[in-house]
Formats: sequence, C-alpha cells, structure tokens
Amino acid sequence: MPKPLIALVAAILLASGVSHFSGHIDPYYLDVVTGVGINVILAVSLNLVNGYTGQFSLGHAGFMSVGAYLSAAVTLLLGQKLFGEAGGTELQQGLLFLAALVVGGLGSAAAGLAVGIPSLRLKGDYLALVTLGFGEIIRVTFQNVESLGGALGLNGIPNYTTVFWVYSVAALAVFTVVCLVRSTYGRGFLATHDDEIASEAVGLDTTRYKIVAFVVGAFFAGVAGGLYGHFKLTITPTGFDFTKSIEIVVMVILGGMGNTPGVILAAILLTVLPEVLRSVDEYRMVLYSLLLIVLMLVRPKGLFNFDYARIFARLRGGRAPGN
Amino acid sequence: MAPMLEVSNLSVSYGAIQALHGFSLKVGKGDIVTLIGGNGAGKTTALRTISGLLRPTSGAVSFDGVDITREAAHRIVARGLGQVPEGRMIFSNLTVDENLAMGAYLMRDKEAIARNRDYVFSIFSRLKERLKQTAGTLSGGEQQMLAIGRALMGEPRFLMLDEPSLGIAPRLISTIFERIIEINRDRGIAVLLVEQNANLALEISSYAYVLETGHVTMEGKSAVLRTDPQLKSAYLGG
Repeated sequence: MPKPLIALVAAILLASGVSHFSGHIDPYYLDVVTGVGINVILAVSLNLVNGYTGQFSLGHAGFMSVGAYLSAAVTLLLGQKLFGEAGGTELQQGLLFLAALVVGGLGSAAAGLAVGIPSLRLKGDYLALVTLGFGEIIRVTFQNVESLGGALGLNGIPNYTTVFWVYSVAALAVFTVVCLVRSTYGRGFLATHDDEIASEAVGLDTTRYKIVAFVVGAFFAGVAGGLYGHFKLTITPTGFDFTKSIEIVVMVILGGMGNTPGVILAAILLTVLPEVLRSVDEYRMVLYSLLLIVLMLVRPKGLFNFDYARIFARLRGGRAPGN
Repeated sequence: MAPMLEVSNLSVSYGAIQALHGFSLKVGKGDIVTLIGGNGAGKTTALRTISGLLRPTSGAVSFDGVDITREAAHRIVARGLGQVPEGRMIFSNLTVDENLAMGAYLMRDKEAIARNRDYVFSIFSRLKERLKQTAGTLSGGEQQMLAIGRALMGEPRFLMLDEPSLGIAPRLISTIFERIIEINRDRGIAVLLVEQNANLALEISSYAYVLETGHVTMEGKSAVLRTDPQLKSAYLGG
C-alpha cells in the first residue's frame, strides 16, 4: 500500500478511536476539536485553489453554505420519513449522514462548476470579485427563500457530527490534495500557478486545471458545510457571509500558500487562538487582529514555511546549502 | 508546395490601439524564418496571435493547411507547433527535471519522452548538470536553454522562438543560436524566430520579414537583406 494511503487509513482509525471515547472528553474541548477539524477541511481545500493553483477565490463560505443546506435538507426530510419518531439505529443514521454529506459535497461541486466555467477565464482581482459576488448571492438567496427558513435558517438538524466524521473527512481532504498535486497530472496545478503563458505553451489547458481545482475545493467546502450544520444543529445564512470566506483565506495565507502542513497548522492556530483569548474578553478580537498583523510582518511567506533543507543541514552540523 | 505555416492579412488590436495591420507571413517546411523589428513593432503580438494567446480582429492563420486562427493555445501546441515564449517563461518553482517533464505534457509514449530528454541533454549538456536545481535559480542563458529544451520535449515539427537573445550574456547568445541551427538541421524542425538582434537573426535565417509599427515594411532573402543599405542603417548599426 502506498504511504499516503496508509496515513489516510491510520488517520481514520485514530479518529474513530478518539470518537469512541468522546463521552469521556469535556464537551467544551470536544467542541473546539470539532471546530478545528472543520476549519482544517476548509483551509486545506481552499489551499488547492488559492495556494497551489494561484487563483484567488473569496467564495469558500458560499460553497460551504450550499453543502450545509443540502445535507441538512437530506437528513431533515429523509430522516423523518425513513426512521419516523424512533430515530433509527446508529448504523442507519450513519449511512444517512454519509449520504447527506455526499449530496452536500456534490451539490457544492456542481455550484463550483457553474461558477467556475464562466469566471475562471478571469484573473486575480476579477476572479476574487466574482467569487465574492457568488457568495453573497447564495447568502441572500438562502435568506429570502421561506422554505429554507429565511433569515432564521434551518433548525433541529440532528446531531450526527462526531470527531470520527470530521477527522475522517479532514484526512481525506489532505490525502486528496496532496496526492493530486504530487501526481504527474497535478504538476499542472503548480505550473498554472507559476506561469499561465508558459503552461499554455507546453500544451496545458490551464482553464481546465483551474476548474478542477475549483470543483474539488468546492466539494470539500460543501462536505465541511454539512459537518458544520450537523455540529451546530442550526444554520443561518449570516453564518456563511464573506467574513467567513476571509477567515479561511487568512488561514491559507498565514499557513503559506501551497503549503499543506502549514495551512493545517494555521487552521488549528486560528481556531484555538480566539478560544485562548477568551480570558481578555472585549479585547479579544483586537488582540487577534494584532497578532495577525504581527505574524504577517514577521513571516510574510507563511507562518510555517521553513527552508527544510537548510534546517536539516544545520542539524547535521554541516553548512547550509546555498551559502 | 504549400507552406507549413501561413499567416494572411492578420490584424490585431488591443482595445482602440491596433498593433498589427494586415500582417502576412509564410514559413516552409524545414525553413528558418525570422521576424525582426524594433521595440513595439508588433513582433510579440504576431507570435502570440499565431500561438493562440491573442485573438485577431481579422485575418487567418493556417498550419499544415488547417485553419488554426481561433483555436485554443494548448490545442495549437498539440498540433506540433511548439513555443518558446518571450522572457524565458519557465516554471521557476519547479526543478529543471520537472520543467522538462512538463514539456512532454502531451506525450504518452514513455520511450519517446526518454529519447527526447536525451536529445535535449545532447544539445544542452548544462541542463543535465542542473537537473535537480530549481529552475528559478538558473542563469538567464540556462533558463533560455531550459525553455527551448522544454519545447523540444513535446516533439514539435515547428518551433516559434520569441527573442531568445533577450537579457543573456553575449557568449551564451551565440551558443544558443548555434543550437537553434542544429535543431533545425538535425530534426528538420521549421523555426520562426522573432528577434531584435537583427544581425544574428539574419545570419541564421534563410528568409526575413521586417516589421515596423504593425506593418511589414520589407521582406526578402536574409542574405539580400543583410546588405540592404536602408536596413543596415536602421538595424544593423551602419
């Protein structure tokens, strides 16, 4: 079995193990841990678009909301019909949840395709504006469709999200992104980022790469949305506004564009930090923002972007390469 | 015999500004043809339009008798029309090895890829020494060699080079031009060379076009143009 696959299976087994003992863990910590996992999925999937492929998307929260609403609709509508008041067995619920997450992810991927095909011919700031617009359109739509709860959102979503689900999906997202960019096919993402004209000059369809990155990113954002809905048990359109998109973008930038381990660490840090800062109460967000500014000034290429070759050389006591 | 590449009456505009006015050009099989002219004459515009990166307002481009005027850039490459874009647009974050692999992006035949690699190393042995190095850290001349090598990996039948001498040490310029002749001779690859360095370009080519503010003002056999008094004073330094 190839190494990444072993890592994926190990991560899922570990998640299921931790999930098994979740009854013994303080609910507050469990909450934070779940939130961290969801943000890792969001950041890692956005990193494929913004980091590796070099396209600036500001619509990740929009895709997340598509997945959240769709999967909540599946469990709410089908759950009632299939299981009645009894609520079904654990296995039945698990299968239903899996189906709901897949539906959410696919719906979101379809939205990604619909937005991506016309807009990915645009570059840089223009793409950022189009995706920002998309996110807002989605939000306003959900806010005004009465059957989806309007501004009140959807309530009474069953509590299906566990550490197992969140971290299995997170592991799958990391696995997918890493395998994708390391493959021969996936070098095209990096090439598109590096130089679009050169990519076209070697016969690479850059628009298709951008769309693939966008659709895969949207899929995981949608699944993350489904997990979020079944974790918070209630979803409102305002939870998916553009500040949420920015939050994810910040994780990607802070972690270092196109650096998956860095982005994972940044997602963990930026989820845990506001919790740690609870003690300073009203200054919390001020301090949080200040920290962001300082971090960006000190480590502009990403918090966890190290020159590993140099570090290894130093550890061995040798001279660093390149000087 | 019909020419391999035929450009007829091409006009290209950037918004209100017209960069090319009815530009026509022919390149036969196995020829080296050059397009010379000063800054802003429209040379790069012409190449980019041929390679599908820009859309013309009118006119046509045909390759091997097939109309490719509005085809996407990557499809044109797939037809065997290789490109070496201006300013050595290599993938600076990838290694030399990976850059070459990207050049063979459209090839499926592993043996052919290996053969092409060997050929690239045989003409640019320096690339072999730098295989694992990040391309962005190469010197200007080496980057140009890599850009040409990368284009050769795709086994083109026709190669378009945009100012290969730009910003390169003079000693390396002559090496690169010698290699271009070699590629043309060994593999029968036709070459369309866009150059500001008119002297060199006229030396290695058989036919030349002179472009000025979007118009072809002169064309003819390179050997003849080299002795043209008007051209001499304008481009060849007396």
